[in-house]
Amino acid sequence: MDLLVTPFSTNGFMLQALVAGILVSIACAIAGTFIILRGLAFIGDALAHGVLPGIAVAILVGFSGIIGAAIGALVMIGGITLITQRSRLSSDTAIGLLFVGMLSLGVVIVSRSNSFSGDLTRILFGEILGISLQSIVIQLVATIVIIAIAVICARPFLLLSFDPEQAEVAGFSARLYHNIMLFMIAITVIVSFQTVGTLLVFGLLIAPAGTGALVARRIEAMMAWAALFGTLSMYSGLLISYHFDLAAGAAIILVAVVIFFTVFIIQNLRQRHMVIPKESGHA
Amino acid sequence: MLPRDGADGSTPGMEAPYVRAKSLNVGYANEVVVADINFELRHGEAFALIGTNGSGKSTLLKTIVGLLAPKGGKLSVFGMPPGNSHARIAYLGQFHRSGFVLPLRAIDVVRMGRFPRHGLWKRIGRQDDEIVLSAIKTMGIEKLADVPLRSLSGGQQQRTYLAQVLAHQADLLVLDEPTTGLDAGGRELYLRAINEEVCRGASVIIATHNIHDEAALCRQVMLLARKVVSLGAPEQVITPETLLETFGIAVTSGKGVQVFECQRRGDNQGLGPNIPRR
Repeated sequence: MDLLVTPFSTNGFMLQALVAGILVSIACAIAGTFIILRGLAFIGDALAHGVLPGIAVAILVGFSGIIGAAIGALVMIGGITLITQRSRLSSDTAIGLLFVGMLSLGVVIVSRSNSFSGDLTRILFGEILGISLQSIVIQLVATIVIIAIAVICARPFLLLSFDPEQAEVAGFSARLYHNIMLFMIAITVIVSFQTVGTLLVFGLLIAPAGTGALVARRIEAMMAWAALFGTLSMYSGLLISYHFDLAAGAAIILVAVVIFFTVFIIQNLRQRHMVIPKESGHA
Repeated sequence: MLPRDGADGSTPGMEAPYVRAKSLNVGYANEVVVADINFELRHGEAFALIGTNGSGKSTLLKTIVGLLAPKGGKLSVFGMPPGNSHARIAYLGQFHRSGFVLPLRAIDVVRMGRFPRHGLWKRIGRQDDEIVLSAIKTMGIEKLADVPLRSLSGGQQQRTYLAQVLAHQADLLVLDEPTTGLDAGGRELYLRAINEEVCRGASVIIATHNIHDEAALCRQVMLLARKVVSLGAPEQVITPETLLETFGIAVTSGKGVQVFECQRRGDNQGLGPNIPRR
């Protein structure tokens, strides 16, 4: 018991890390669910890396990394939107180039800083153990905003995930709600990168939600499971990192991915025995 | 709610058509697929678009529901330009790309049919639940209601999508190849369901390459082959010559007889708003 609780009760930084982790898990559960449902994994990944130059500039100039990340995300969303509208066929290629471009731009900018490797490591892998109270407050507000967006847009988001044309015919502008969804994903990335870093935040977005998709029959349940798996990964990752002196962000993501594959394997073994009922008899 | 008689130039004394196309051109960005389409669809009528893949059926349907802008001519839906009557139109498209990923039960999919009537906020209540259940029963998928969509077969999924369309209780149903993947039982349930929709006063537009089933339901048939080959009552429109022009293959005498049977079946069984249901 001591091993499981004491690290959090005796170390303020561990408790703060856990609180931040839980908030981020909830935000990522919601955003990640829609990333998976709408097949936006690649855009989500690009967005996660696109924030890097923004953060880098912020560090060099000396203002908040979150603001820098927000600017980076905006530029990225603008770029992605432009690309998706202009070239339907090769948007994957263009988005891919945009994201490696942003990534390398970020690294180039950081390389101008005095503590190059230190800054870069913090941005890429996060600093969950050094999270400030102010960051936690920002994460709390962001998580509430994300929940609000998901509740308000529940119907259009569901229709959009099901079939964008259905959403459009039902009177919900597919483009508008797609952009709201991108915006929601961007907020999530912006407030989450401090915990596990820009390189791994994508894992936090899709690993718990992916596990949720495996076990849930409903979207609400998928989000709840994702939040649970995310929180579990945070807690276990922090513990592992504490006891074995490992990098916290990477440990968290590793746990999340291991959970995914464990559930995936169990599911596949069980599914062999599942029987689907036939439709009802015809009149 | 409805435009009054004659408001859009229709014959006074008759109700204005739900859909009216005049010299309508439909197509995509830079391409007109079908030009000069003229028809009227009234309250309680079913209309079949028959043609091969790529004949322009889907393009016309998408234009009617407002997904594509008309490329010329006039089109009014409920007396307005298309895309303004969301609460009154149910649309079944041809592709449901993400159906396999979504953690949705069949009943959740059917329930989405109520969204257009309720917008972002309006509560979905008990009455809606009853409508949803009744649609599920109509398509014979009661036992599948709680099964995840991704575990259903193609035909079962199609029944679910059709139940979603029925749950809308729309005034205009726009169906793009609705029988894809349906077995004989599903097809029969679908035909009965559409007949009931027509009986309750809804209008239905169906794109199909199946000349047999829909001809029995529809008062009007349009044969499409990137142009309007023929338009009118099924028995006048569906002839070996027009079928040859539409499908590009010679229609054997055997097939001709089959078509005739369908028309007779349609006449005898009276699939129309004022005639008893079968």
